[in-house]
Amino acid sequence: MSSKRKVLLSPIFENNPIALQILGVCSALAVTTQLSVTLVMCVALTTVVAFSNFFISLIRHHMPSSIRIIVQMTIIASLVIAVDQTLQAFAYEISKSLSVFVGLIITNCIVMGRAEAFAMKNPPAISFLDGIGNGLGYSVVLITVASLRELFGSGSLLGYEILPLIENGGWYQANGLMLLSPSAFFIIGFLIWGLRSVKKNQVEAKEYRMAPNSSGEESVA
Amino acid sequence: MSSRESTRKTLLVAFCLCVACSIVVSSTAVILKPYQDENRLLDRNKNILTAAGMFDADVDGNDVVAERFAEFTTRVIDLETGEWLDDAALQELEIDLSTYDQRAVINDPRYSEPVPADEDTANIKRRVNYPLVYVREENGTIDTIVLPVNGYGLWGIMYGFLALEGDANTVRGLAFYELKETPGLGAEVRNPRWMALWPGKRVYNDNGEVGLRVVKGPGSGDFQVDGLSGATLTTRGVDNLIQYWLGDTGYGPALDQLQELN
Repeated sequence: MSSKRKVLLSPIFENNPIALQILGVCSALAVTTQLSVTLVMCVALTTVVAFSNFFISLIRHHMPSSIRIIVQMTIIASLVIAVDQTLQAFAYEISKSLSVFVGLIITNCIVMGRAEAFAMKNPPAISFLDGIGNGLGYSVVLITVASLRELFGSGSLLGYEILPLIENGGWYQANGLMLLSPSAFFIIGFLIWGLRSVKKNQVEAKEYRMAPNSSGEESVA
Repeated sequence: MSSRESTRKTLLVAFCLCVACSIVVSSTAVILKPYQDENRLLDRNKNILTAAGMFDADVDGNDVVAERFAEFTTRVIDLETGEWLDDAALQELEIDLSTYDQRAVINDPRYSEPVPADEDTANIKRRVNYPLVYVREENGTIDTIVLPVNGYGLWGIMYGFLALEGDANTVRGLAFYELKETPGLGAEVRNPRWMALWPGKRVYNDNGEVGLRVVKGPGSGDFQVDGLSGATLTTRGVDNLIQYWLGDTGYGPALDQLQELN
């Protein structure tokens, strides 16, 4: 795999920001009840990560280390405001249901994490690709979670009925838990489990080992 | 250390970055403002129709909003007297219905006033004395009247519309279009299932007082609406704004006149 392709594609499964780096989980819980909202959130986040990586990388040689984090935050915050304003202008309904979560992209650890970990050390073009890649990795997880939650929670996908609900004369009893945030935790947990069962190298070394049970004699002594 | 760590360089970088970022932020805000305003107007009209039971987001698209909203006439009420202002009165107040924005004049002493603390049950601090009211007539009699209402919830003021039937006593619907309540808890006041509890409830009891309440537990009878679980303060905010706006402090006098007409 060429290095560009690697940078772009490895965050999707090999080095997924949510599943492996465990970053940006909070918005993954909050905006995944409806697939349409999730899609917009994914586009918004991918745009922000890509451009923040690009601009931060562009000025990385001029950034005094004493105000490095503030400079990064200013760039990220400006981009987020621009994205939020654009959504309010062209996707008003969805921007209303995303409410504060677009603004919270500022604090999304993926954006900051990639700026520090990648953009500060690499040239702009490849940093931009890294941003797109991580945005895609985030999107893959969010879209999976949102599809499951909307399908089993509301019986629909993108608002189109797939499993006819009992309320509407169908046979499917909607699972209310799926609409609540904890269900996203469970689903992300299962996704990480599944991913690590296939890709064993993602399993982290244990930080602590449980001591073997002490035998009866020892405990007496 | 290299020159990039010098104080001068640090200040220079910080200054240039701030200028560049503020230009980006302010120009997006200015360029996109007309589109956002258009969206807000559409959204407001949609919520007026939703409160009036004439718009269902599951079925209807944005294309029907303008046509259905045209069935309403926009009127202005003087809250002090409860009178409906006619063209002459509007001219005197320099209110042009096409541009008048009651949210924008909230700090203009000519159109609004502070609410005395002891009366301010909805915790709104100031109110507009000349609110816009949307009236739909059918065969010459008033069929629906939509009143703008606001009140403090948990995190901020909630803005919405309350629609009453022509008898000025039966609720047709309540729709909030702007709020800062917690998503999933307080913001559930926008959930269609909760909004469906409102139509048909009565406002005034036999003594002429506001009997409509938002209560804990399943509401019984014509006057009680079941509050949202997990959102006590938001629910109380809704209850307060109903008491304030439908009582003598709010639209009470105007609604009395309307009831006498019937």
